[in-house]
Amino acid sequence: MAISIFHRITGSGLATVGALGLVWWLWAAASGKAAYETFIACATSPIGYLVLIGLTWAFFQHLFSGLRHFVLDIGAGYELRTNKSWSILVFALAIAATGILWLVILAGKI
Amino acid sequence: MGTGTGIGRVRGLGSAKHGAHHWINQRISAAANVLLLVWFLISLFKLPGFAYAEVVAWLAQPLVAVPMMLMVANLFWHLRMGLQVVIEDYVHEEGTKFGTLLLLNFYAIGGAALGIFAIAKIAFTAGAAS
Repeated sequence: MAISIFHRITGSGLATVGALGLVWWLWAAASGKAAYETFIACATSPIGYLVLIGLTWAFFQHLFSGLRHFVLDIGAGYELRTNKSWSILVFALAIAATGILWLVILAGKI
Repeated sequence: MGTGTGIGRVRGLGSAKHGAHHWINQRISAAANVLLLVWFLISLFKLPGFAYAEVVAWLAQPLVAVPMMLMVANLFWHLRMGLQVVIEDYVHEEGTKFGTLLLLNFYAIGGAALGIFAIAKIAFTAGAAS
């Protein structure tokens, strides 16, 4: 249950905040140095980092949950125990991947 | 719903026969998204930094600009189908549903066009600017 609604919530978040952020980044880079630096200033503000970390988690959650859907689509993994284990693993992997990625990013900056 | 014959009450209410097509396209765009976004994130990670000159020089390369355009197009295609299903599931009033889906189409096509245009502008003008 939870994994299904989280797929929708993360998908909707990525589709709005994530997609708009990506287009803003591209548009800013195409508009020139000043516009690009405004984007970077926003992205590296405390709220910017919070949004980026949130998007990273949403991305990994949606990615792993989506890969789980591919497995279910071929008709595998419907047994209750198997299904539950994979669902828990998706949540754990998404949090772990987000944590590791941001630790590496922030460690590189300092 | 009419009060006519049995067939009259159900005619036109059946499957539009587009469900499977939508479903498979959602999967095709998902698979393409996995490839394109993993490539994108690894590439971002390998960039020396996110300064203007570095990012523009990176985006201007043909083998970056083309996959980036494909990624933007595929991303908006995938999100258009995904949000369509979300809207259809939660918005039940016909007028509001029609309006929301209309806005979704404007958003998806407009967003993709803006992103692709931005990449094209960088790819075609970055060499001239520097």
